[in-house]
Parts: sequence; C-alpha cells; structure tokens
Amino acid sequence: MAQNTPLIERLAPWIAVVVLVVIWEVTVRLFDVPSFIFPSALETAQALVTYSGPIAMHSWQTFWTTLIGFGMGVAVGLVLGFIIGSSRFLYNACYPLLVGFNAIPKVAFVPILVVWFGIGSVPAILTAFLICFFPIVVNVATGLATLEPEMEDVLRVLGARRMDVLLKVGLPRSLPYFFASLKVAITLAFVGTVVSETVASNQGIGYLMMSAGSQMRMGLVFAGLLVISAMAMVMYELFAVLEKRMTGWAHRGQNR
Amino acid sequence: MSAAFVTFDDVSLAYDQSGNAIEDINLSIHEGEFVAFVGPSGCGKSTFMKLCTGLHAPTTGSIQVDGEPVAGPLKISGMAFQNANLLPWRTTLDNVLLPLEIVKPYRHQFRKRRDEFVGWARKLLKTVGLEGYEDQYPWQLSGGMQQRASICRALIHQPRLLMLDEPFGALDAFTREELWCVLRDLWEAQRFTVVLVTHDLREAAFLADTVYIMSRRPGRVIERRQIELPRPRALETTYQKPFIDLVQELRAQIGDVRST
Repeated sequence: MAQNTPLIERLAPWIAVVVLVVIWEVTVRLFDVPSFIFPSALETAQALVTYSGPIAMHSWQTFWTTLIGFGMGVAVGLVLGFIIGSSRFLYNACYPLLVGFNAIPKVAFVPILVVWFGIGSVPAILTAFLICFFPIVVNVATGLATLEPEMEDVLRVLGARRMDVLLKVGLPRSLPYFFASLKVAITLAFVGTVVSETVASNQGIGYLMMSAGSQMRMGLVFAGLLVISAMAMVMYELFAVLEKRMTGWAHRGQNR
Repeated sequence: MSAAFVTFDDVSLAYDQSGNAIEDINLSIHEGEFVAFVGPSGCGKSTFMKLCTGLHAPTTGSIQVDGEPVAGPLKISGMAFQNANLLPWRTTLDNVLLPLEIVKPYRHQFRKRRDEFVGWARKLLKTVGLEGYEDQYPWQLSGGMQQRASICRALIHQPRLLMLDEPFGALDAFTREELWCVLRDLWEAQRFTVVLVTHDLREAAFLADTVYIMSRRPGRVIERRQIELPRPRALETTYQKPFIDLVQELRAQIGDVRST
C-alpha cells in the first residue's frame, strides 16, 4: 500500500510539522515575544540540546510509569470489558456507573493517591491507569454486547455454552474495537502520568516542566511538551500498526 | 413414509402479555420430508423455527422430535438464515468447520481428526460449487457464494434436521434459482429433513413436499398442501403450466389470509 501512495501524500505530515514550526518561529520573532512568555522554536530546540541529559532521564521516568499504568489499564479493561459485555444484565447495571466514574476529572484523584501512596511514581502510574482503562472497557464490552442474534442461534442450537459463543465469536469480533481503543488509551495514559507528575512527583517530564516553569525557563518547558507529544505519537503509531496487523479483516476494502 | 419425526401438539407461544405469536399448531413432519412454511410477514414463521430447534420452549402444548420431547437446543439440527453470518476473520473453510468445534462429540475430537473434518468440509464445499474458494475470506465472496458457505456450515455436522429461515431472501432472482437447485441436489443426495421458512411461493412449491400456509399473527396453520410434482424436479418445471397453476392457487390462499 505504501508504495502506491504518492510521495507527496507520505511527506504531508512532515511538511505540516515544518510549516507549523516556521509559523511559530516567524510569529515569535515578528511580534518580538519575550522568551520567558513564549520561547521561539529555535530557543526550544536549544533547550532540548542543552538539557538533553535531564530531559532523557525525566522522559524515561514518564515513559515507564505510563507504560505500567497503561498495561494495568489494558489488563483491567479487558477483563472488566469481557465481564460486562458478556451479560446484558451487567452491561445495563454497570454502564452508567462507568460513565459517571469517567466524568470525574482524574486530576482530582491525585491528592487522594498522594495521601495513600506518598509522592513519586505510584500516583503517576495509578493516574495513568485510571484515565486509560475506560475506553478499553467500553470498547470491549460494546464489541461483545452487539453480537448478531442469528449467529448466537446457529451456535446455541449446536449446544454451545455461553463461553463458547464468547470465545469463538464475541472476542475475535471485539478485537478491532479493542485495538482501536488502545490508540486512544495510550495517549490518555500519557496525560494521566504527566498531570500526576506536575503536582505529586519529583521526577518525570511533568515535574521537569513545573520546576522549569517556576524558574521562568520557558524553553525547557516547551521542550518538555514536545517530548511528551513525540512519545505519545510514537506509541500511537505503534498501536495503529499493531491494529492493522491483528485485525486486517476489519479494514477490508480500504487498502484496495 | 416413515413414522413422524417432528410432532407439534396444540403448540402455542406467547413471548409476553401481548398475545400469542403462534397458536394451536398441530402438525407432523416425516423424516426426510421437505416442508416449507409460507405466510405474511410477522406470522411467526421464525418463532416456529425456534420452537422446533428447542431454542425456545412453547407456552402450551408439546413438541416431539425423533420420539423425544424437546427440552433444549437440538444438536441434530443445523440452521441458516437470510444473512449468511459468516465470521469475517475465518476463511470459508474455517467457517464451515466452526460447528465441529462446538457440537459433541466432534468438539473433543477436533484436534485429532482435523484432517478428516477438513476433508468433509472440502467435499461439501465442492458439491455446492465453492471448490477453490476454501481459503478465501467471506468478504471476498459474492452474496450467493456466502449463502452457499452458510448452508455448508449448517450441514457439516450431518444434521438430521435442516432449518432454513428465508435463506435466499437477499439474493437476486438468478442466484436464487441457482441455489434452489443446489439445495435440491443436496437434499436428493442426503434426504435430511428440511424446514424452509420463506416468503417466496415459487421457492416453496419447487422445493417442498408439503407447504404449510400460516395466518397473520397469531400465527396458525390454515392450510396444508401436498406438492405432488414428480421428483427430481427440474428448474424448467417452474415455468410450465401445472406449476404456475399451483403457485396461483397458493397465492390466492395467501391473498385470503391477508384480506381477512
């Protein structure tokens, strides 16, 4: 597929990035914005290079806490989604509860988590987990709950147990939903980690940005922002590729 | 004719308080008989299928299949519907094999006898004209081919009772007639019992030994019609006078049902 798309289409995202950076640089210079308010692209790049050591260290902290939180989110999301999606009763019973839970700003949990676990990595991991498991639960549960009744009849008449139907039909059927939700969940997990780090940690990109901000070193703050979004983008793409690989049948016709 | 294979005694079914979906059904189907149910929409034809396969229990009356009262899902039956309902992540072959992974006793032998089962599936797919398409995915097949595969899936565990719920309803007229012949040939070869639910009177008259006409909800059997056309029937007969007269008579009866 990649060979067939014109070169310009493949380059388009990179061109967009370059254009954005140019606009950023030009705007800052044109209006002569002081760098402690809004640093130019160049200053941000300089900060990236100058502080590459500390940035790498803090990014690594953010990266692994996010991944652990995300991993927990996937595990819990899958199990919970499977349980809720497998029974109409549980689906109706738990769905409003989940929606209500999801509406709570997760940053509100951070002070509670700090009281329970102290500051550091644990609140960051748990915040990432809390924020990212919801889309996974909803997607897996919906995939299971929307089974075609005829398909169920075909199998039930053969003496299939509920578990057979779920494993042979429901689970594979919900995989595209599951992988689609992973893409959303991983970016949300980064949000959770960084939010927690800004208020309750002395490590991680969130902490780095907070402390750099309090010292008016805005170049470093922006460098932190760039690193977070770069990490999130890489992970997103990773899961997008994984999704295509695992559930190519669900994207039939789009590649032809 | 052999003894009754499927027997309905005063069977009624009400899903809820709104009244019976079907009412006072009395009939018996012989083993190897091909019966068709026709009637206006919503007359409970699909309900009849659910009762017959044990997916639903009747509110009153009793149903016997093969001499035993029906108490749960009937493994000796295979089902196919208007939608082929093939699983898009499985190849055509694996779709056809699915029942063998579930129904006893095959499910416990599936790993050991897989090669043998694959042989059955390939043979069956060949008889319906799907040779060479075994490794294609369902979404690579046309609607008619999907429906052929769906019928193979219903037959792979060698059921004695085949239940078809408007299986050709979504196909174009030419494909439909082609599949009538496929079904006719399968039935002539194996003589399983078939219950076909359909809206199409020509389909019912061409394929069935016995046509039951059902009334509007609450569905009752208002007419039992023996189709005396000689077998094997060629598709051409459907364009000849005796057949056309027969269909017109059936049509008139349906018309009466709709106007009352």
